[in-house]
Amino acid sequence: MSYDLYAEKIISCYEHPHNKGQIKDANAKFREHNMVCGDDITVYIKVKNNLINDAKFTGNGCAISIASASLITDYIKNKKVDEIEKLDLNKIKELLGIDPGPARMKCATLALIAIKHALKNYLTK
Amino acid sequence: MYDIDKIRDDFPILKTKMNGKRLIYLDNAATTQKPQQVISAIVDYYSNYNSNIHRGLYKISEKATQKYSESKEIFAKFINANSIEEIIYTKNTTEAINLIALTYGEKIIKEHDHILISEAEHHSNLIPWMQLAKRKKAHLDYIKLNEQKSGLDIESLKEQMEKKPKITAIFHASNVLGTINNIKDISKLAHKNNSSILIDGAQSIPNIKIDIKDIDCDFFVCSSHKMLGPAGIGILFAKKSILADMPPLFSGGDMIKVVNKYSCAWNDLPWKFESGTQNIEGAIGFRIAIDYINKIGVEKIRKYEKDLMKYFLEQTNNIKNIEVFGPKNIDERVGIASFEIKNIHPHDIAYIFDKQGIAIRAGHHCAMPLVSELSKEKALARISFYIYNTKQEIDESIKAINKVKNIFKIE
Repeated sequence: MSYDLYAEKIISCYEHPHNKGQIKDANAKFREHNMVCGDDITVYIKVKNNLINDAKFTGNGCAISIASASLITDYIKNKKVDEIEKLDLNKIKELLGIDPGPARMKCATLALIAIKHALKNYLTK
Repeated sequence: MYDIDKIRDDFPILKTKMNGKRLIYLDNAATTQKPQQVISAIVDYYSNYNSNIHRGLYKISEKATQKYSESKEIFAKFINANSIEEIIYTKNTTEAINLIALTYGEKIIKEHDHILISEAEHHSNLIPWMQLAKRKKAHLDYIKLNEQKSGLDIESLKEQMEKKPKITAIFHASNVLGTINNIKDISKLAHKNNSSILIDGAQSIPNIKIDIKDIDCDFFVCSSHKMLGPAGIGILFAKKSILADMPPLFSGGDMIKVVNKYSCAWNDLPWKFESGTQNIEGAIGFRIAIDYINKIGVEKIRKYEKDLMKYFLEQTNNIKNIEVFGPKNIDERVGIASFEIKNIHPHDIAYIFDKQGIAIRAGHHCAMPLVSELSKEKALARISFYIYNTKQEIDESIKAINKVKNIFKIE
């Protein structure tokens, strides 16, 4: 019986997530829900000179969604905006260190989906 | 005598494995499993007398037509309705409620009128009324939860009734709290205030004896798939006097008597509300499901379910940092228990249960206003029992709860 999904890293990210909170002068923001289990995450992004200057999130969710929100907001900092567009589930798998599987895919990618939406809105503004 | 081994033998799915473990199915409020008898009846229809109903002038079509009608007769008897004229088959409970909102509701609700529901409704008994209220510029009123958040507040019910709603729509048993409403008293109160009343019986009819004459409601809705039958069959009971004046929702084949180029005459009840080819195998399977329930006896099912719930509440009572919602008194609830473990998201609970071969639900349970009141995560884990579950399966669930707490290092 494998509980890889609840590896030490994920539980620790869940209990002490990075980048929890709002960015007051964020110029990109998006709220995304996972209707299956009620995860509800809002991401805040500050873009400066086409770079992600800061990224934070608020909301409630399961361990997988909070851990991946923590990891992905860390990861995108100082990356170029157009690099974010290319990120997908593979990056999340790499950050989590495991494959979340089909049942938890939405949880794992929730924050990334919100980030992409936020940046898309920002770019079309 | 309740022969659990014999009952379990009838359900082929209970022999399957999930994640390498014997399946423990505890998501019965979502849908129940099907006994072999129901599965065989559907196979028999398709293998031996598949044909359309109300049309063919040949033997197998006669048989299919008769079986379809019989299904309604058996159901009418099951709830003590007067005749099949009062029984309309729909796709599901949601469609049955929509049918009422879009025909009867559309006809009687006018601007500034009141429609009364409660804070604990399933979305299926909320959104159709919200939409109707919007269309008509009418008021949608809510009966509040009681202070313990274990059921509805009776004072609030009385207060809301004073606004003289035209329609009251309320659940019989809550799909989140398990709480049973006294629908006989509520129906009486509604009628005293000249309100018609719809009862959402989706979670009650699988295990509580329904006597529609005794309850005296105007509408009662439920689903076959939550009571051992196939999916795709919902049931709308409505009083004949109301149905006679109600316009049909869908028109087309089979719901008419005579058609000429510019006019038509509706068919008799209940057929005027069933247009096009119906879910024939669903109706046939549903009938066998009712036979199965009748053979055990609804009262026995209710008693067995109460025993399981009592055991579950006792077992969870000894566990730290878990909260089980709903009434403490097992007489006031059906076999549904939503729960929370401190600081652990319900989705994580359901995932770890799944790895133990245990199927439970986690989420907002299609009752977002209620679940938002109960939980800051806006989600709960839910266990729900039916006739084939055992105390041993509850023991396995308790082990799974402890496993969850270990993984998350919760005391």
